[in-house]
Amino acid sequence: MKIGILVNEGPYTHEASDSAYLFARTALEKGHEIQRVFFYHDGVNNSTRLTEPPQDDRHIVNRWSKLAQEHGVDLVVCVAAALRRGIKDDNLAPGFRISGLGQLIESGIKSDRFVTFGD
Amino acid sequence: MDEAGQIKKFMYVNRKAPYGTIYALESLEVVLIAAAFDQDVSLVFMDDGVYQLKKGHQTKGIEVKNFQPTYRALDDYDVNKLYVEQEALAARGLTEDDMCVPVQVMPRAEIGRLMAEQDVVLSF
Repeated sequence: MKIGILVNEGPYTHEASDSAYLFARTALEKGHEIQRVFFYHDGVNNSTRLTEPPQDDRHIVNRWSKLAQEHGVDLVVCVAAALRRGIKDDNLAPGFRISGLGQLIESGIKSDRFVTFGD
Repeated sequence: MDEAGQIKKFMYVNRKAPYGTIYALESLEVVLIAAAFDQDVSLVFMDDGVYQLKKGHQTKGIEVKNFQPTYRALDDYDVNKLYVEQEALAARGLTEDDMCVPVQVMPRAEIGRLMAEQDVVLSF
């Protein structure tokens, strides 16, 4: 099954990004395809490579990057939401790309299931 | 029908007050972009989301943009299925007359049934 994912919250403060990641990873393990993960609202903060959590904590940003690297998952960050919050190509973590909201709608059209993670 | 011409039922669920968080404003931006994709679009306003349509927003004091006029422009984008949760209005002492655009007021259970018919539900 092709699954599209929307992440609406930033890392650490809210669990939405953790839940989305765990869901995506499990879906891949079960043989499903993650059509795209779209980051919106504060969700764009999942994509900054300046993120440095304490050593004993999970690295949410790197975890997403690894998912993109190992499974070719398309990680798309909304450009308008990103620029509002100081996210640019300059500080974008590997595996993410910045694009428009059209990518979110397209994901809804192309996926068999679309799942939102937010508050 | 090929994938490019596929029409799906998209529902945008607005649950948050218009100011205080950015959800309402950025959700509206999604709806406007989505209009270009010629999908079947509907909007639901429930919980504090009903305040998004409450007439007479004045935002000068909080120094943020008043984006209420954008709701009135939705019809120009052929977005005209706006459903408002009856119970949410009643709980806040509001009626259909308080809404800044034409809406269909609907009981919560009926909105639930509509949600079940959708292909994509985006909740903000």
